[in-house]
Amino acid sequence: MTRATLSAVLLAVLVLVALTAPWIAPHPPSSVVTGAFADPSAQAWLGGDSIGRDLFSRTLFGLRHTLGIALAVTVGAALLGITLALVAAIRRGWLDLLLGRLVDTLMAVPQIIFALMVLAVLGVSLPTLIGTMIVLETTLFFRVLRPAAGDVAAMDYLEVARLRGEGLAWTLRREVLPVLMPTVLAEIGIRFAFAALFISSLSFLGAGIQPPDADLGGLVRENALAITVGKLAPLVPAFVIALIAIAVNGVVDGFVRRHAIRPELLP
Amino acid sequence: MSRFSRYLMARIAASVLAIVAVSMIVFIGTALLPGDAAQAILGQEATPQALEELRNQLGLHLPLWQRYLVWVMAALQGDFGVSFSSGRPVIDLILPRLANSLILAGAGAAVTVPLAVGLGILSALYRDRWPDRAIGTISMLLLSLPTFLTGYLLIKIFAVELGWFPALSMVRRSTDLMGWVRALTLPVIALTFVASAHTMRLTRTAIVAILSSDYVMMAEIKGLSPARVILRHALPNALSPVISIAMLTFAYMIVGVVVIEVVFSYAGLGKLIIDAVGYRDLPMVAACGVVFSVVFVSLNLAADVLAMLANPRLRLAA
Amino acid sequence: MSEVLHVEGLRIEARGAPILDGIELSLQKGKVLGLIGESGAGKSTLGLAAIGYLKAGCAVTAGRVRLLGQDLGQQSPEALRALRRQRISYVAQSAAAAFNPFWRLERQVTELAVTPDRRALARDLFARLHLPEPEVFGRRYPHQVSGGQLQRAMIAMALANRPELVVFDEPTTALDVTTQVEVLAQIRQVVAEQGCAALYITHDLAVVAQMADDILVLRHGRMVEQGAVRQVVEAPRTDYARALVAHRSGSAPPEAAESAPLLAAEGLELGYGRKVIVQEVSLAVPRGQVLAIVGESGSGKTTVARALAGLIAPRAGSVRLEGRALAPLVEGRSAEDRRRLQFIHQLPDVALNPRHSLHEIIGRPLTLFHGLSGAALQTRLAALMADVELPVALLDRVPGALSGGQKQRVCIARALAAEPDLLICDEITSALDPLVEDGILALLQRLMQTRSLGIVFITHNLGLTRRFAHRVAVMERGRIVEEGATGSVFDAPAQPYTRRLLAAAPQMRAGWLTEAIGSLRPL
Repeated sequence: MTRATLSAVLLAVLVLVALTAPWIAPHPPSSVVTGAFADPSAQAWLGGDSIGRDLFSRTLFGLRHTLGIALAVTVGAALLGITLALVAAIRRGWLDLLLGRLVDTLMAVPQIIFALMVLAVLGVSLPTLIGTMIVLETTLFFRVLRPAAGDVAAMDYLEVARLRGEGLAWTLRREVLPVLMPTVLAEIGIRFAFAALFISSLSFLGAGIQPPDADLGGLVRENALAITVGKLAPLVPAFVIALIAIAVNGVVDGFVRRHAIRPELLP
Repeated sequence: MSRFSRYLMARIAASVLAIVAVSMIVFIGTALLPGDAAQAILGQEATPQALEELRNQLGLHLPLWQRYLVWVMAALQGDFGVSFSSGRPVIDLILPRLANSLILAGAGAAVTVPLAVGLGILSALYRDRWPDRAIGTISMLLLSLPTFLTGYLLIKIFAVELGWFPALSMVRRSTDLMGWVRALTLPVIALTFVASAHTMRLTRTAIVAILSSDYVMMAEIKGLSPARVILRHALPNALSPVISIAMLTFAYMIVGVVVIEVVFSYAGLGKLIIDAVGYRDLPMVAACGVVFSVVFVSLNLAADVLAMLANPRLRLAA
Repeated sequence: MSEVLHVEGLRIEARGAPILDGIELSLQKGKVLGLIGESGAGKSTLGLAAIGYLKAGCAVTAGRVRLLGQDLGQQSPEALRALRRQRISYVAQSAAAAFNPFWRLERQVTELAVTPDRRALARDLFARLHLPEPEVFGRRYPHQVSGGQLQRAMIAMALANRPELVVFDEPTTALDVTTQVEVLAQIRQVVAEQGCAALYITHDLAVVAQMADDILVLRHGRMVEQGAVRQVVEAPRTDYARALVAHRSGSAPPEAAESAPLLAAEGLELGYGRKVIVQEVSLAVPRGQVLAIVGESGSGKTTVARALAGLIAPRAGSVRLEGRALAPLVEGRSAEDRRRLQFIHQLPDVALNPRHSLHEIIGRPLTLFHGLSGAALQTRLAALMADVELPVALLDRVPGALSGGQKQRVCIARALAAEPDLLICDEITSALDPLVEDGILALLQRLMQTRSLGIVFITHNLGLTRRFAHRVAVMERGRIVEEGATGSVFDAPAQPYTRRLLAAAPQMRAGWLTEAIGSLRPL
């Protein structure tokens, strides 16, 4: 089995678990079932968290939250970023310049700092969280796809389409997008992995999903005390985050990267 | 004016513009909030007159753009206002923390850059053979680990189990050099794990491009020894991209320190901004945000400029 | 020892496929051997193998190479490198790619020299190659000098180690025709002065006829014909060699008949900002005839073609199709006008969408302009493929599966699908091998007659123009300097620039190079 296939299987398993969490979790995530920081037992497979809830069940729901947010963010940013990159590359002019400046400005701020600042001002809620991350991810999509789209824009077959009198929508849909598709798919995968890591970091820092709900990063935060004194079970949510990133990166590397137009731009 | 000076000025202008834009966004964001600064400073029991007086004092009655200019003028002189949570001037709190973060990031960069660039060069020289594949797989795994996971694992293994290093990296003015080294070791290793994969990949790509270039093939055809081809023809052209990558690594570190400082309780700028966010201490958040941006933008600018200096094609006009 | 190079039964394979097979040749001191063939013939591989260098993935599977008395197969890698450093040199096709952008020219050119005084050596070499300011030329970086100068610097570099054999790998292919003449003359001169042997690789028979004493014709990695240059050029024995010679020989240009112009341009001026690229250009193309627009790079010929097509708007002047004015930009033209005037690009690789099948590519104009679909579409597609002499089975393939010549035919089919009256061809055969080019031109001639098309043909190749075009317009720096029936313009050029262009186009007859230098030198 190649690395890419293994990654795909892993990803499928993670998604399946996330989707079925409400049915397969042994306990509801907010029920107290054992002692605080209790060791793993038959009742609670990973032991208890800081107030005695089942860490295993909370991890399953945490996976659900992390993947859910990462998916929402990636889909939103992809739609926005791809459209903007395509229009900017083909139409050029003031829109291209404006977007370029905007992206440069946003890139001047380290992403985590930007998110923290916005959330400090607007308050941490699910909509602001997703909105902020969509803005950041759109910027990153644009940064990769605009040059790639620019390469395609320079191709003579677009000029041929122009000479035929094809409209913008047709050109983007039938001429540009098919050629860009591998790059787009690779970038979607990479952005998804990044979104999962980013929301986990934000939650770990306290600026993400608020209690009593918790995504994987939040679970690490809640149980940080236990980790510092040496318990390992609370690190399992962190390992799950790593698994998500490994699976997605493996799939991207294996299936898509080799067809990308500007592979050097993909991190 | 030489091509280089023109480029330099254009880049500096762009950087300044970016920082100005960020500062505007930050300021507008903090200024538009419900519940104002006066309330936050004096607390819930403040009398309306006291509030009114303080508002006038703080200049909150002025139009937005004036308030922004006042803020900028003050900031340029080092006055970022007063922290909501502690009442002390923001700048007094920021400077020592900034120094700590720069030390941590600098130490991280000093370890990561030689290591990762070396591995990147190795991967490129042996590309598609086993060293390249091994390094590639390991770096892919490292890229996927969340920063806090790496940090906690290091604490678990080296602090809790082996007791070689402290679990919390507390540093004070009184800490001596050995104390610093002990406090910094685990955080630096954590930073390295995170950033080296990234840097390694960038280096590998740059070196592979150089090794497959026509002028390297020409050097081989001329009959130069493999060592001479690498040292005289390949490596000099690698200088520009590698310098750029090194500066960008440092910039990446500045971002990575935020999570690392929380994990290790290290008294840096990252921990400061996190705490400030928790307390909704807006002047502090704004100031930290701007400082981070200035450092980040400066490093990116330095990366571009140094890379340009090291590349004759960009440095000199045709 | 006067035999410099001896190759016996050489076979080179890469990834199991043969690149060269059964190569035999012998090169004596002081002689020049020309290696000629189309792309993919294996000329570069042979040139490199002759000096002991194999590209990654290549291996010698049979035969041997004796260079300067040594069997290359028996040498250690270090011995081979020493040989290449001290006794032979290689001049690559692209000087821009071969020079290291990091070091100054002087340093690279004298890298292999044995004399301690590098500056003096560099100065001498640069002077011999007629480079400007030889004392300080070496202080420049590669990106700071022009293409022609860089090519000469590379020749200087090749001479620095006093080689006994120099391999020239298509050294003038990328140069303008007037620059090419200078460089060719210099190569011949320094080779004679140095007394070394030379392998000259090219795809241009006329060039090799001027530079070589003997010729070896390669095709698909095998030797096709071999012999003294005069004999191969004047009395070729094989069909392939004959075709190569015929490609290069003149033939009478087609007769130009007066008739109402299909396309006419009047007083075109093109530019942007304060820069003027083209001015006062007027031309006319009748039905069933070819108007060639010739010029060197920077003459503005491509810009004119693009303006006719509506890709750029002229700042002044008009373009008329059968008397009716066309909107300056294609976006403003009616569908009918867009259909009647078709543009074919130079590089088919870039003009065909790699993700579309031929069916989609040629079918789209049929659907768009004629509303065809279903069975009617299929029939027309088959007819078009037959018109351009391509098998119908290729319709399901993507362009990546086709050869260069096939791709260009697809572009022509796509243009024909619209049922145009006029074709604008922008250097459409410049990137193709000579015999493939002949095929495309023959195809265009046939289509022109059967469909009564007018053709505007942009090119820098005068030989092609003479064989193919009824009328010619010569452009220099944005203006038309001379215009008329091809026969009259080429036989009795009125303008000095036209005369220079004609004089600089390589021809096969003996002594042409010496004459050309003589007539072009007072520049």
